[in-house]
Amino acid sequence: MAVAQAFFGLAGASRGNVAWMRAAQPAVAGQWVFLMLSFGALVWSFIQFDFSVRYVAMTSNSLLPLFYRIAAAWGGHEGSLLLWGTMLATWSVAVAAFSRSMPLPYKSRVLGVLGLVSVGFLLFMLFTSSPFERLVPAAADGNDLNPLLQDFALVIHPPMLYLGYVGFSVAFAFACATLIEGRLDVAWARWARPWTLAAWLCLTIGITLGSWWAYYELGWGGYWFWDPVENASFMPWLAGAALIHSLAVTEKRGLFKSWTLLLAVSAFSLSLLGTFLVRSGVLVSVHAFASDPARGLFILGFLCAVIGGALALYTWRAPLLKSDGGFELLSREAFLLFNNALLIAATGLILLGTLYPLFLDALGLGKISVGPPYFGVAFLIPMVPLLLLLGVGMHSSWKRSQIGPAARQLGVMLAVALVAALLISKFVYGEVHAMGVVGFTVALWVMGAALLEPIRRRGKLRGMPAGFWGMTLAHFGVGLFALGITGVESYRIEKDISLGVGDSTEVSGYVFRFEGTEQVRGPNYQATQGTVVLSRDGEEFATLYPQKRFYASGGNPMTEAGIQVTPARDLFVALGEDLGAGKWSMRVQYKPLIRYIWIGAAFMALGGLVSIADRRFRIRARAELPKAAGRLAGERAR
Amino acid sequence: MTPRRKRMIAVAAIVIGVGAATAVALQAFQENIMYFYSPSQISDGEAPRGRAFRLGGLVTAGSLQRVPGSIEINFVVTDNAQSIPVKYSGLLPDLFREGQGVIAHGKLDDNGVFLADEVLAKHDENYMPPEVAESLHTPQAAGGAS
Repeated sequence: MAVAQAFFGLAGASRGNVAWMRAAQPAVAGQWVFLMLSFGALVWSFIQFDFSVRYVAMTSNSLLPLFYRIAAAWGGHEGSLLLWGTMLATWSVAVAAFSRSMPLPYKSRVLGVLGLVSVGFLLFMLFTSSPFERLVPAAADGNDLNPLLQDFALVIHPPMLYLGYVGFSVAFAFACATLIEGRLDVAWARWARPWTLAAWLCLTIGITLGSWWAYYELGWGGYWFWDPVENASFMPWLAGAALIHSLAVTEKRGLFKSWTLLLAVSAFSLSLLGTFLVRSGVLVSVHAFASDPARGLFILGFLCAVIGGALALYTWRAPLLKSDGGFELLSREAFLLFNNALLIAATGLILLGTLYPLFLDALGLGKISVGPPYFGVAFLIPMVPLLLLLGVGMHSSWKRSQIGPAARQLGVMLAVALVAALLISKFVYGEVHAMGVVGFTVALWVMGAALLEPIRRRGKLRGMPAGFWGMTLAHFGVGLFALGITGVESYRIEKDISLGVGDSTEVSGYVFRFEGTEQVRGPNYQATQGTVVLSRDGEEFATLYPQKRFYASGGNPMTEAGIQVTPARDLFVALGEDLGAGKWSMRVQYKPLIRYIWIGAAFMALGGLVSIADRRFRIRARAELPKAAGRLAGERAR
Repeated sequence: MTPRRKRMIAVAAIVIGVGAATAVALQAFQENIMYFYSPSQISDGEAPRGRAFRLGGLVTAGSLQRVPGSIEINFVVTDNAQSIPVKYSGLLPDLFREGQGVIAHGKLDDNGVFLADEVLAKHDENYMPPEVAESLHTPQAAGGAS
């Protein structure tokens, strides 16, 4: 019954969309309610073990704990699409609710564009992948959720990621509405900023959780694989970061107007591209769900419609948009322009590496793949100058071409960072490594530069707006992130070895002693558990229990790594297999500073959150209108 | 300098910087492109010597050999027409099994043995890497892949 009702709900919601343009707000709310209902129905069928629903039978199992049963609702293709739709509706409702200060026509245009996107997605779901398809007769038991996905971080990872992806549709809708109206002022940039920040923030959290999960769960100890699907999520992130910065320039100075609009369109297009890559099955990766060519075609068509439509709109309206005057070479505008150029360069290079193999394959020119080292290089090239400029850019001022009184302190700080980087490389890690030194220097410099401003302004910190704190936090996070990457990439040690009971191996001064294995039982799996004692200088300080799990429902064994964490480094042991003769293969790793990658990302997300809280976005939105209109008049007079 | 001139310089600097960076990136791109070959293609001498590539196929049943207690392992990868021996040292993926699809990354040595530095197996029971599925020769095996 619940299933049938949800079906009607879905149909009603998409019909509601067509009428949306006229009666936007109630329709938004209606669509949201119906989508929530259908999503609730899906979750309910999971909780109730309703194996007569095909999707439930595919991804759940009677032994699955409640928490994961709920999570299984988005553990497969169909459910995750429904989640997509639900989130889009949620964003739309939020836009409708929190944007009272916007003029009504503009607001309904924004909602209208969101509605169109939503219609596209709901059609896709109804025609190619309804989660409520019946299974007759009902299955006795389900196939179980892929054991890899039975994990806390993975429960939150997809919804956060989707919130981010879908969130860019709001920026996209703002951009489209601006173009449709041919608005010449920059008020839209202020309205769009908090939404873009929110989307970017969710994407940051989503990607970080995914990376963290891959690290402890996949058993290889890697945190990022430059896998096409990861790239697909990373590209909108980079474009979104660029958009946040360029929106700031548009809002404050009325510059880069058309560029910002284009970025808003690209960020969402890249999100859709990501969805296309993941859902269509053109990619081979851990993330790929079972594929179906019809789905791929549909998304590709949708993607073309969105990009094509938006670009057509852009070419039609862009000539209207003129920036108000120029800017100086060392002004903040210029630094933000560099920021944008470098972020987009990184996006472009990653896009090239991700799509090139697909093109070659489509043209029948052979099957290739692009190795991770390419992405490493391609990412590093724009990032090092980006971070170097970031340190200065933070202290530059709008309009004027001067760094201000901080210039001297910054110079000193760069020198200190360089010396510190050399010392750390030499004395902590015992090896001076070119990339290591560059990385540490840049990381320390950015962290220092981020802290410099609050230190210089101590005493009057109370008056600083939230946006300032957000920026400081986020940039400090970028520094921490760079620190973590540098540590891991320059000084990690990995060993695949064979150990018998009582044997030990040494990695970077730490001794790992293997004490044998035993059988243990979990709620829905059985595991072989190894015992590994860690010691340093003869002193035992921890015991790790890496596992090899066999789930009751499927034959896939799973590696559960043992990890010992301190702020300075992680020690990582993954159990391989029984090699015979009483020996086990094992992967032992030493990962310096790896935690800072995720901590840094968390700081970035926190910075985004704090920035959204800036009162300016709420209070001044109304007061801004006459001012913007005045500027517009001035522009015409000129 | 006029502001306009300054801006021109800034733009030129960006263009040059981006150009140089793109050149380096493309170089890296060129070096990291990895081709995929099936055992038949390797037998025909199509695969490069001395350059890493990816080999894909099925692990021949009964070909897995390991000296007890050692992490060195030997197995044979086949596309049901030709077979290539593979040598690997390290942890095998959880889903590595005889008769299953596999992709190995590495180089061919002078004796025609593929020295793998990385072995990837398919990630769930019902899934076969498309490259492997397409390169298989018997209709039966190819059908089983879908």
